[in-house]
This record gives sequence, C-alpha cells and structure tokens, in this order.
Amino acid sequence: MPQYSDKVMDHFTKPRNIGEIEKPDGVGEVGNPVCGDMMKFSIKVKDNRIEDVKYLTFGCGAAIAVSSMVSEMAKGKTLEEAKKITNKQVAEELGGLPGNKMHCSNLGADALHKAIDDYMAKEKVSAG
Amino acid sequence: MINMKEINLDYAAAAPLDKRVVEKMIPFFTEHYGNPSSGHTLGEKPKEAIEDAREAVANLIGAEAKNIIFTASVSEANNLVIKGLVKAGKKKGNHLIASSIEHFSVLNQLKTLEKEGYRITLLPVDEYGMVNPKDLEAAIDDQTVLVSIQTANSEIGTIQPIAELSAVARERDIPFHTDAAAAAGWIELDVEKMGVDLLTLAGDQFYGPKGSAALYVKRGIRLMPQVEGGIQERGLRAGTENVPAIVGLGEAAKIATETMSQRAGKLTAIRDQLKESLLKAVPNLHLNGHPEQRLPHNLNLSVEFVEGEALLMRLQMAGIYVSSGSSCTSQALKSSHVLSAIGRPPELAQGSLQLTLGPGSSAEDIPYITEQLAEIAALLRNMSPLYHQHLKEEKTNASVQ
Ligand code: FES
Repeated sequence: MPQYSDKVMDHFTKPRNIGEIEKPDGVGEVGNPVCGDMMKFSIKVKDNRIEDVKYLTFGCGAAIAVSSMVSEMAKGKTLEEAKKITNKQVAEELGGLPGNKMHCSNLGADALHKAIDDYMAKEKVSAG
Repeated sequence: MINMKEINLDYAAAAPLDKRVVEKMIPFFTEHYGNPSSGHTLGEKPKEAIEDAREAVANLIGAEAKNIIFTASVSEANNLVIKGLVKAGKKKGNHLIASSIEHFSVLNQLKTLEKEGYRITLLPVDEYGMVNPKDLEAAIDDQTVLVSIQTANSEIGTIQPIAELSAVARERDIPFHTDAAAAAGWIELDVEKMGVDLLTLAGDQFYGPKGSAALYVKRGIRLMPQVEGGIQERGLRAGTENVPAIVGLGEAAKIATETMSQRAGKLTAIRDQLKESLLKAVPNLHLNGHPEQRLPHNLNLSVEFVEGEALLMRLQMAGIYVSSGSSCTSQALKSSHVLSAIGRPPELAQGSLQLTLGPGSSAEDIPYITEQLAEIAALLRNMSPLYHQHLKEEKTNASVQ
C-alpha cells in the first residue's frame, strides 16, 4: 500500500459530501484512462456560486480523498473560482500524493469542471 | 491501536517459518558454517545437510534426490528452466507454449524470447482458470520445444489437470515444465504421476525460508546454466550454497510431506466456512477460480461495484490484511492478468480480494471478518457510482415487472 499523507487518510476515512444531488444543476462524469476508475460530481448553483456539491467515486484511496477534497474546495466558490481549481492544487491541499497516484488527482478537478460546463451549457440553452 | 485484532489473510505473500525449520537452520549459521565444497572436515556437515535436504525435497514430489537442484527463488529456477532449455537447444525449434495465467517469472521471459524471434503461444483458460488439453494439442507444432503450465495458480487457486496436459506434450516428445510454487506442500505432487520433466517449487510457500527454492530436472533433459561459475548443483547453478536456506527448505519439505493432509484439511475447512459466511453476508460477491479444483488455503472474491485498494485500506484499519488484483494496488497500474484471462470484466477485477490462509488462521475469526467486510463493502458502495447505477437499474426492472 502506498504511503499516504495524514490529510489523504483523513479524507479517505471520513469522506465529506458523498452522494448525488437530487435535482442537480450540473453533472460531470469522468473515467480514469490509467486504471479504469470513475468519478461523478453533481452541483447545485445559486447566484453564480456552487451552493452544494456531491460526488460518487469508484477508485483507490487517493481517488476517494481527491474527490472529497475537491468537494470541500469547490463549495461556496463562484463558478469562475471553481473552474480555476487545478489537479495540482488538489494534490497540494492533500499534503501531496505518492508519485504513481498523481494520476488519480486528475479525476477530481476534471469531474468538477465538467459539472460546471454542463451547468453553463444548460444555462445558455435556457437563456437563448 | 490498542487491542486491535490482527488477522493475516495474506499468507501467500509471506508466512512465518515453522519453528522446527528455524531450529534446524540455526546451527548452520554459526556452528556448521563450513563451505560444502571444502576438501576438509569443516565442509562435511554442511555437505551432508544439503544432501539430506535434497532427499527431503525429492520425497515431497516423488522424485529422486539426484534430480533436484537448489536455487534462491522460483523466479530463478523458472529462468533456468526456460532460458536454460532454449539455450541448450537440444531440440531444434523456435516455439514455446505456456498458459496465459503463468507467473511473471515465466511470462516475462517468454516476452523477451519473443523479441528475440521465438514464437510464443499463451493458452487460454476457461472461466475457472483451467487449461484445456485440447487447446494444448492444437497449439503444438513441430517447432515446439517446451510447454510450461503451472500446477496451481497462486492468485485464484485453480489446480490444473497436469497429468492430462503433460500426456499431450509427451506424445509429441516435448519437454513439459510445471511451476508448482503455489501448489508444493499443499497438494500431493508426484513427478511420475504428473508426467512432468521439470518442476519448480519454493520453500517460503510452505513455511520454509525465503530465498529457498528447488528445481526437479528429469534425466535426459538438458539445460544451460544461467549462473555460470563453479560446479555446484551439478554445474547447473554456480555459487556457494546457501546452506541454512537449503536446510530450512529440506525441513519444511519433510514436515509438509508428513503433515500435508492435516494441514490442508484444516485450512480447507476454515476456507469453506469463510467463503460461505462471506457469500451469505455480502450481496454481489463473486467467487474467482474453480469451486472445487483449488488450493486448500486460497479464496478469491470480487466485491462488485468497489475498488480493491480502498477495500484493502479499510480492511487494514480493521486489522485484516489481504491483497487485491486491482490495478490501483499494482505498481504498474495494471489489473490482474489472471482475472482478465478468466474473463472477469475490469470492474470486477478492480474489486478482487485474494485471501490466503496460514498457520494463524482460525474459524473463530470468521464472524469478525464477515462483519467487517460486509460493513466496508456497504460503506464503499454507498459512494460508488457503479452501485448507484445498479440500484437505479434494479428499481426500473422492478417497476417493469
Ligand atoms: S484510482 Fe486507480 S490508482 Fe487511483
């Protein structure tokens, strides 16, 4: 088993914001091409801010911790701010990830960004 | 972590040595430290001990002592078999056959040989991991120089019909090797009945020391040494003998020969009970490997909808040690080639758990293990997109009916 930081272990053992939002404003799903794992984010948006965020994850300890961390980082942020969250930042916030687990951090921010894009695309349709 | 239970369900990775084995080894570190090749008295005792060990290993597999070669690992022994046989080139040809679920110490050599221009056929296995003798028959051609099929699979426990398979090779006069690393010491092996020309085994798989392994070479089979130097081990493996390790292997082999049926019987009973208990408590749990033709101490299960490393970490927090064939637990980030060969889809390979029993295993731990796995599976499923999708599908199916 890889050596995980305390932060990773904390998020792995007590993952925050698990689940699926009932009537989400945006949904983003990504699969991990490296090892075949999956992540699904759903968001609720109010006044351009991420009011609520939830996720489901099928993946390793790092992937679970990453999704939990991303959900915490995104909550309350404006869409623009949330779009700026990078995989690198997520890994840093987690106190680093073992080298061969860096690819798992790609999943989290990607899924979140996809959910935001999904919301924006829908907004455009309803506005237009 | 006070008073936490510790349950090892990963004995195939490493098991404690039998105390009798350790005792037998100790004098050869200090007292009888001599070099078996020495011409003087100091070498006598070690030399004698090595020959006793050879006899004991031969007994374990129904062979003659003179046909046993000691090596430091099964990987080394397998290299001596495959590269050694090809290099010796007694039979002309450029084709080798193995099963697709061999250990990497076989598969990786074959890959290398393929790059050098050899043709390699990896035989398929059925859903339980069995090789079909008919497939072997069809694969053999007049260029085939070796067939290598394991006796049993260390991961899913499936035991191959070696006698039937070797008969096919013998008919065409092709040497047959079996990697018995996972099987030796656990199921009865007899090189004559199995009809094999080469067999490799490891001491650490039946409570002997790490770094102790052996190779059976039938008379008439020619191998080129892969470690050249002195003429130890009939000139097939140079290097001063690791006397304590060899002595330990011999003692482990002796104990295994005497107690195999009790040992295996006890662990089979616990294993079957554990299997029943887990299958009952955890829905969507799948058995990997053959239901009957399997190693006594092996159980392999796939927990659907969840990933193995997460399972492993949670189980470890509960004091239970297991291993998994998930890509996320592998350094190379590749999921188990064995599970994919038996047709397990990637999601099920990801959720695989390999449970192997050993000397500390007890039926008393089964309720705790069951309760923990059920809880952990539920917890991880609760956050799994695959599981939520499954629940939705179930709902629609129910409303359709
Ligand atoms: S999700 Fe597979 S290694 Fe992290």
